[in-house]
Amino acid sequence: MTERPTFPMADHPTPGAPSPILSIRNLRVAFQGARGAWNEVVHGLSLTVAAGETVALVGESGSGKSVTSLALMRLLDPATSRITGQVTLDGAEVLSLSEAEMVARVRGRIAAMIFQEPMTSLHPIYTVGEQLIEALCCHRPMPRAEARRAAVALMERVRIPDAARRLDDYPHAFSGGMRQRVMIAMALASRPKLLIADEPTTALDVTVQGEILSLLKELQEDYGMAMLFITHDMGVVAEMADRTVVMLRGDVVEEGPTAQVFHAPRAPYTRALLASVPALGSMRGEPVPLRFPAIDPASGAATPGLPLARQPDLGTPLLEVRDLVNRFDVRGGLLRRKVARVHAVENVSFAIHPAETLALVGESGCGKSTTGRSIIRLAGGTSSGSVRLDATELFTLSPGRLRLQRREIQMIPQDPLASLNPRMTIGEALVEPFLEHRMGPAAEARAKAARLMDQVGLSPAMLERFPHEFSGGQRQRLCIARALMLDPRVIIADESVSALDVSVKAQVVNLLLDIQERTGIAFLFISHDIAVVERISHRIAVMYQGEIVEIGPRAAVMETPQHPYTRRLIEAVAVPDPARRHLRRTQPPSELMNPIRPLDFVPPERRYREAGPGHFVRED
Amino acid sequence: MTTDQPETGSMPPADAAGGALPPPAGPWRRALQGLASSRTAVLSGLGLVLIVLATVLAPVYAKHVAQTDPFRSGLSAKIMIDGKRSPVMERSTEGLGLGVTPIGPTWGPKYFLGADTQGRDVAARLLYGGQNSLVIAGAATLLCLVCAAVIGIVAGYAGGRVDTVLSNLIDMIWAFPVYLLAISLSIVMLGKTFEIGPIHISSSSLVVPIIIIGLVYVPYVARPVRGRVIAITNSDFVLAARGLGIRPSRILWRHILPNVATTLIVFAPMLMALNIVTESSLSFLSVGVQAPNASWGTILQDGQALLYSRPVVSMAPGIAIMVTVMLLNLFGDVLRDILDPKSVRGR
Repeated sequence: MTERPTFPMADHPTPGAPSPILSIRNLRVAFQGARGAWNEVVHGLSLTVAAGETVALVGESGSGKSVTSLALMRLLDPATSRITGQVTLDGAEVLSLSEAEMVARVRGRIAAMIFQEPMTSLHPIYTVGEQLIEALCCHRPMPRAEARRAAVALMERVRIPDAARRLDDYPHAFSGGMRQRVMIAMALASRPKLLIADEPTTALDVTVQGEILSLLKELQEDYGMAMLFITHDMGVVAEMADRTVVMLRGDVVEEGPTAQVFHAPRAPYTRALLASVPALGSMRGEPVPLRFPAIDPASGAATPGLPLARQPDLGTPLLEVRDLVNRFDVRGGLLRRKVARVHAVENVSFAIHPAETLALVGESGCGKSTTGRSIIRLAGGTSSGSVRLDATELFTLSPGRLRLQRREIQMIPQDPLASLNPRMTIGEALVEPFLEHRMGPAAEARAKAARLMDQVGLSPAMLERFPHEFSGGQRQRLCIARALMLDPRVIIADESVSALDVSVKAQVVNLLLDIQERTGIAFLFISHDIAVVERISHRIAVMYQGEIVEIGPRAAVMETPQHPYTRRLIEAVAVPDPARRHLRRTQPPSELMNPIRPLDFVPPERRYREAGPGHFVRED
Repeated sequence: MTTDQPETGSMPPADAAGGALPPPAGPWRRALQGLASSRTAVLSGLGLVLIVLATVLAPVYAKHVAQTDPFRSGLSAKIMIDGKRSPVMERSTEGLGLGVTPIGPTWGPKYFLGADTQGRDVAARLLYGGQNSLVIAGAATLLCLVCAAVIGIVAGYAGGRVDTVLSNLIDMIWAFPVYLLAISLSIVMLGKTFEIGPIHISSSSLVVPIIIIGLVYVPYVARPVRGRVIAITNSDFVLAARGLGIRPSRILWRHILPNVATTLIVFAPMLMALNIVTESSLSFLSVGVQAPNASWGTILQDGQALLYSRPVVSMAPGIAIMVTVMLLNLFGDVLRDILDPKSVRGR
């Protein structure tokens, strides 16, 4: 960044407009490194948030957006951080206040925060009620009975069903979405003028995310709160924000009304970012999977991605899964007896053809990952059913034969760093499977490793390095290269791109499509990200509570969803287009049911009806 | 937090770093670099090397500096002090004036730290005793780590019934207080000669305390090793290796063992310190090193009778134990910070 653009509108609010609740001028944040050197991570950020306004701070990891939010609440460790500039919160000069004044006047009073992880933000050993009452009483002392009533009212306000009874429950008894509602209730306890929401829905499932977002909007209107919304998700930004501030490596690269930022982005980075975000519905009318646009980083100009040139070979299926069942015993009591059973996967059947991508979508706990692992018998639990690869039945193979058969079906993991042995160089990790399967001499293995490194866009010189020396996107490329070492015919990609930043995600998805086009590999693409799935899959299977509720060609499932759950899932996705805001207000909260069943539970017989050619829907 | 390197900031060619690369820094090399850059580790390591060197040079000291045989009593020996010949065992001046008191520290080459009740040179005995203390503690540490590694890895990797049996065995040993167990074992084993095939272990051999001390701490190490093995066995990279069709034996050797090694290495200095203290305690209680061998513990016991008249005799081994244990713990702390499983993942 040689040039740091300034934004006049941030510094001079329009005359006559109410003075902003939050005004940040030239904020700089630096951290002290291990050797005492200061490393500036936010370089002179300025922004304002007016009463009742929602400003989104967007950026990829490392852009400094979360640091900014912590800095303006003065929640960074003063020993290792340095904050300069001017932060005015409702008239209070935040950077010149003492720690005691921050507690007494600012934190939780003028401004409150909610965080990404509702699991860890609540204290596990106090009931939700106790924590709410504490939040209420520390701002406005009141008698216990009154505080209890106020707490129940708050929980009802955030639409927690059966609030009076659930007040005395502990956080572990709440689902992720419900915990986030409790966090919001605690933040609202003091009637803050500004709510800082740091990735509040990132850890939540898509249907729950939709509910939380609409709740936040509704509360904001009722309370007249200003909101600073920090996120990496362009869909959430489009849904929520009045104004959008785009950050890149500690710099603001673009700021403006959300519609303008999305429809007429000025900064190359914003253009590039928007081009990499898959928008649900953008594949309407596209017959085959489409690559993400290639982006020129200097200008941000996007060259439209090429469609996949290779058609699936719809003859005999390559991988055929029949009546796959996977159950885990839940043990409990003194003698660790079986007390219940988790029906993680129940009667799942599908087939994948050569060069085809079948996407398995669903929310957390729906059994999609367990399905993927059960296929290669790595899931644990007790499995039954049949998995055939060509003519080989995998479920009856001996362990030794299974080990050799694994060559044919490879997995690309969700967390590439955890999947690479920290004590092996990349070269060793790539060569190992090749040699283990006796596919050739060591020299050939090394040559192939170098060639594959090239293919996945990395330098063969990096083979000498260790996993920790790579970035997240690079590590995922390494895992792809490792899987390709064995010339597999099926690749199970289990949330393989979910943890990656938007731009990197697009590149890795394009890489997968390139590989499919070249080699005719079949993909089982497991993901919760419906927008990515829409882009790259030939067929889609929707899973809910361990069962497939709908399966069919991509266009049929996405454009004419038949099952109510599929419809709900597609509807809940936030689309990165402010013109298409669609989240319904005052949605009733839905609790995801977990598939824990008593031991004597017999799963109901399911029938599927054919809604169109190859499009099957479970009859309920 | 987001203070680490932005990995994607720039758009497409985020992965284009090729060109000139720094030499690869493996986890082991990084650990060594970490040790070398820690002043505490370097200084304490240096101190430990000096202590080992000093004890190794004990015979040189005894022969050429002190010119005595520290294993023979010298009740009638005489030495020159200030040009005067004086007896090593001086006539007592305290109490009734009966008996003899060994000579105090001369701070000269002979009887530098004075003599013990047998008229032997304490300084020379301290060095010889240190040799034994360190050899016993070191060998016991090795024995303990090997046993614990085998038990922990077998239990953790095999799981199921094997794990249940081994874990219960470990818990059973653990239920005994360490010293009770060590003393009971000593009483059973000492004074006996063992013939195991071609191996002959005499009653006064150092092997007996090594085995005793080596075994009593096995549960303390085997338990965490087992836990670590279970964690690694369930880790994503072992799952990935299984998915790649790697043989189980290779998964154990190549994927699990190197990652358990850190746990064992972290234990080594702590265990060594613990063993030095245990050895001294047992020897002090006469159930460790047996005469004529010396160790810091036996010297400590020798000095007990002279605590009032010649405190140096018991203070010297006490200080030696304290300093060695402290240096080991300082070194171990740094080692643990560097090799902690959480820091292995880079960042």
